[in-house]
This record gives sequence, C-alpha cells and structure tokens, in this order.
Amino acid sequence: MKLFTTTALAALTALGLTSTAFADIKIGASVSETGPAAFLGDPQAKTLKMMVEDINAKGGINGEQIELVLYDDGGDPNKARTFATRLVEDDEVIAIIGGSTTGATMAIIPVIEDAEIPFISLAGAIDIIDPVKTFTFKTPHTDRMACMKIFEDMKARGITKIGMISGTDGFGASMQSQCKSVVGDYDIEIVADETYGPQDADMTPQLTNIKGADGIQAVLNPGFGQGPSIVTRNYAQLAIDMPLYQSHGVASDGFIELAGPAAAEGVRLPGTALLVTELLPDSDPQKAVATSYKTMFEDKTGTPVGTFGGYSHDAMLLMVDAISRAGSSDSVAIRDALEATSGLVGTTGTYTMSPTDHLGLDLSAFRMLEIQDGGWTLVQ
Amino acid sequence: MPELMQFILSGLTVGAVYALVALGFTIIYNASDVVNFAQGEFVMLGGMITVFAYEAGLPLPLAAVIAILVTSAVGVALNKLAIEPARGAPVVSLIIITIGASIFIRGVTQLVFDKQLHRFPSFSGDDPIHVFGATILPQSLWVMAGAVAVFVALWLFFTRTLTGKAILATSNNRLAAQLVGINTNWVMTLSFAMSAGIGALAGVLVTPITLVSYDVGIALALKGFAAAMLGGMGNPKGALVGGVLLGLLEAMTAGYISSQYKDAAAFIVILAVLFAMPQGLFGKKSTDRV
Repeated sequence: MKLFTTTALAALTALGLTSTAFADIKIGASVSETGPAAFLGDPQAKTLKMMVEDINAKGGINGEQIELVLYDDGGDPNKARTFATRLVEDDEVIAIIGGSTTGATMAIIPVIEDAEIPFISLAGAIDIIDPVKTFTFKTPHTDRMACMKIFEDMKARGITKIGMISGTDGFGASMQSQCKSVVGDYDIEIVADETYGPQDADMTPQLTNIKGADGIQAVLNPGFGQGPSIVTRNYAQLAIDMPLYQSHGVASDGFIELAGPAAAEGVRLPGTALLVTELLPDSDPQKAVATSYKTMFEDKTGTPVGTFGGYSHDAMLLMVDAISRAGSSDSVAIRDALEATSGLVGTTGTYTMSPTDHLGLDLSAFRMLEIQDGGWTLVQ
Repeated sequence: MPELMQFILSGLTVGAVYALVALGFTIIYNASDVVNFAQGEFVMLGGMITVFAYEAGLPLPLAAVIAILVTSAVGVALNKLAIEPARGAPVVSLIIITIGASIFIRGVTQLVFDKQLHRFPSFSGDDPIHVFGATILPQSLWVMAGAVAVFVALWLFFTRTLTGKAILATSNNRLAAQLVGINTNWVMTLSFAMSAGIGALAGVLVTPITLVSYDVGIALALKGFAAAMLGGMGNPKGALVGGVLLGLLEAMTAGYISSQYKDAAAFIVILAVLFAMPQGLFGKKSTDRV
C-alpha cells in the first residue's frame, strides 16, 4: 500500500511538472541526449529548450504558449519509435521534431505518417526525404550535397584524381557511397579508396597507400568523431603535400583543437554559416539569424555553438513559422504550411520547401571553408 | 621499403596501446581469475581526469598523477562496493558485475565531465621522427616505453616480491592462502588499485594519440582483452607480445591486403591461435584434478 502511495505521488508530481503551463501548442521532440550520438542530441536538446523559453517569453505563437515534450532516445531506434508513439498517443502533440540519427528518424517516420503528424528530422541521410513522404521534413543538408560541394571545389582547383579514406561508422560509410555515386559528374576519378574503424588510433598504413597511388592530387576524408582528427594528424606526420578535404561532420572549432592547428592548416571542408558568423559580410542574409543563435547558445551553455544544434534551431524555426502561418493547431494545416515554406532563413541555409522537396536547401547553404592559422576562412 | 617500415611503426604504435591496456587485465586476473571488463573505463578515466585537471590549470605531470590516484581510488571502491560484497559468487557473476560497473562508470563520467572528445598536448611535441624513410610521433615512443616499463615492473613484482607472490597464491587457492597468513581481502583491494592505476597510466599515455571521450573505454578494453587472450591471460609477457602482435597484424592487413578487412584478419588469427593453443601464446596450461 505504501509503495502504491509513493508511486502515485511520484506520478502526480511528474505530471504536475510536465504540465505547468496550460499550453495550447504542444510540440514533441525525441533526440539522443545521451548514448553514442550524444554529441548530436545534447546540443539539439539544449537548443530546443532555450528556443521554446525564448519564444514563450516573447509572447508565444499568435499569443499561445508552446509546451515542449522532450524525450531522450539515446540514439536507439527502438526507443525512438516508442517515444514517437507516446508523443502521438499519450502526449497528443501537434508536431514532432527529432531523430538525431538516421536510424532513430527512420523508426519515427512510420509512426508519424500513420498518425498524420508533421515531423522534422535532424538527421543527415537522403533516404529520409527521397522519396518524399507526406508528413516528413528535415533540416540538415544531405551527405550527397556535401560531396557535390567538395567536388565542385576540387574541380575549380583542377583536381581530377583523388583518394578517399572513410570511416566505417554509419556517417562515413553513407557519405563514402554517396560521394562515389556523384563523383563521375565532376570528371574526378577515385584512385585510392581506404577505410578505418571509428575507434582506430593510427591511420598511417592507409595514408601511406593513398600517398603512393598514381597521379593522386587530393584526399577526401568522410567521417566524424575522433577519426578525422587522427587522419589529419597522420596526414601531417607523413608530410603528404596535397589538399586534404574533410566533411561537414567535423565542421566545428573542436576539430581544429583536436587535430592541432599545425596539422589542420589548409584543410578544407563544407560548413554552415554558423561557424563563420564573424566572417560573413553584413549583406549576407544568414548573418543575423546565425549570430543571434550563436550568442544565445554560447551565453546559455558556455560551450561553443555547433552545426548540429543549428539543425534543431532551424527545425523549431520552421515549425513555429508554419504553425503561425497555418493559424491553427490542426496537424494537416501545419503540414501544408511547412510544405509552403518559402525563403525562410535559418542557420543551416535558406529553406524553400515544395511538394517534391522536403529539405528545401541547395548547395549555396554550404560554405567552403579553409583552416588557416587555427581559424576558419571563407573560400571564395 | 619505406612503406613496410611505416606499416611496422604504425603497428608498433597501435600495438603498444593495446599492450598497455592488456597489462592492466593481468593483475586482477591473477588475483581472482576475474576478467575485469571495467578495465577500459579505467583507461578512459585516466585520460578524462587528466584532461580536465590540465584544463583547470594544473601542470600536465601533476594532472596525470592526480588522474592515476583518483582512478586507483575508483578501482578500490569498485572492489569494496561491488566485488567484495559478492564474495563467494562464481567468477562468471563477478565478471558480469564488472560489466555493470563499466556501464555505471561511463554514465557517471558523461554526467560529471561531458560527452565531447578531448585531447591534451603530446609530452614531447608533434614533430615526427624519421626512421628509414618512415615517420613516428614522439608520443608513440612514450607509449612503447610505458608498455615496456609496466611490463618490467609487473614481471619483477610477480616474481621478486612477497606481495606479488601473495597475489598469485590468492588466485591459486584462496583458502590455502588465508591459512598461510595472507590477507586475501587486502590482496584483492591492492590488485584493483594497481590495475586501475595501470589503466589510468595507459590512458594518460595514449590520449594524445587516440583522443579521449567518455565512451572510448569499450573499444580499448575489447582490443586489450583480445591482446591479453592472444598472449595468454594473466601473463605480463603475453600481454606485451599479444598487444604488439595484434597491432602489427592490423597494420599489415591494412597496408598490404585491405583496410576493410583489418579487424577481421586480426580476429581470425586470434581464433586460429586460440584453436591450436587455448591458453594463448604464453598462458600456463592448467590441469584440474577430478
């Protein structure tokens, strides 16, 4: 009996805490705050919380307060599916943001498509929006776009033969295959194709083989986590005298620090406006939004802003914009408004959705960056 | 030939990392037959605590010493709070307790510290040393020297000191050890403290090469465990040779066959060796009286 009472009390307290405001607009989120993808989900969760606080302080959407129901799926697709079901059935949210990883996102999609709830994913893979699913949208650019941006830059530099060294983790493997599928369009040939495990400590054997490949002019390293930092250090150790390209997966100040400014000198990668807010000309449409998010995030958390948190910033921005344009909390109306998004400036890029494009970004969303003297510079 | 030399140097670097982790397994195993799956977490703690102490402004050597002492204390706590209360439980149960402890330590670390990757500067700079047309980083030499030093110290400890022999005696027969006046509880505590300390030292040495975050322990423990099994569990010589062999195997496969099959090739060789020599290369044959 006593156990029952305490449990009931605890449940009541929990209920009381989650529904402090009598909110009319309930937005659900499931991100990987902990677990192997915590570096994605942690800043995303913080961003969502601070944005909701900020929007509510400014009077909410059309005068109504937002209530955020946030779950931590730990990057586990099973949990993501459970939380999506709970958000739809128990919490009765009108829209969902989340799925920090592609796996979690793919698990959420069937649930929200059945329930007809608009959903914005924070994961990279192109499969999320290709083919287009009625209620599914996403904010991060795809890895295929990153490949295209990199190959465009290589072509402009007259590079025709490259080597690839990719991580065998999900991100690295997916980008490796996407890059291989578009590389032909740029008259570039991959003459060496090596891989490494995500936790490997030394990549000099692979790089030695790449260095020895015939006619090679540049190296591309799709991957994230510690791998790219170690590749960059080994690259400098072997004194390989060719341009090194990294992916958007490591577009953060942390990468320069981990790889060491000396080793990272000259490394190019496609990144978002968020990383280089100070370098953007005042005429740049993204300057204002990126700067304000950067300031807010860094003031509140004391940690440097990153691309991944930016994805959830843009997702919330898109959602709030769509809800205010829909003028109701009807899920289908919000979905239609999301699809009609036009010229919405976010930190990742400028979104213009259409019935055939539920991402709404083009290559201009990526900035080609080069590391010089331990900092970022824009490649024109 | 510079290619071969580079593959060898890479193999030695990685192998020394594995060997250092594998050496940490030996003491607890020798004292209790328990394979401590929280060993990787000790390595991780060594790296993480050093990083945060260093970033708080302490000089690197002091930060490293603090990390080793704190991790040893964690090892003692693990023994006192989790292993000792389960005394008398079968070895398998104790091993499962260490798996639970590793998950717990990982969870606490991500709360106390953070979930980001970290690194502190190499001890002697990052200018590569050239050897026969190949290169090696000075930090790799530190790791190799560390592995050899720990090996020599352990070998002397187990063969030349009374305490070391007490540990071996406890493993051999706990009751008999008690009867000849060995405080077996103290031996267990000591072995956890030493294992944790060696793990932390490994973490301090390898972090400039491998980087550290709260979740690097699993992969390190897996490779270190594989190295220890290959060389023969409980034998410091086996840990050293097993680690270096594993590293060289991976580097050669990546260099000459395909980097795709690097891990697979290493594990196939381990399976083959264990099939022919179930005790590992240097493990002692055990016979049970029935």
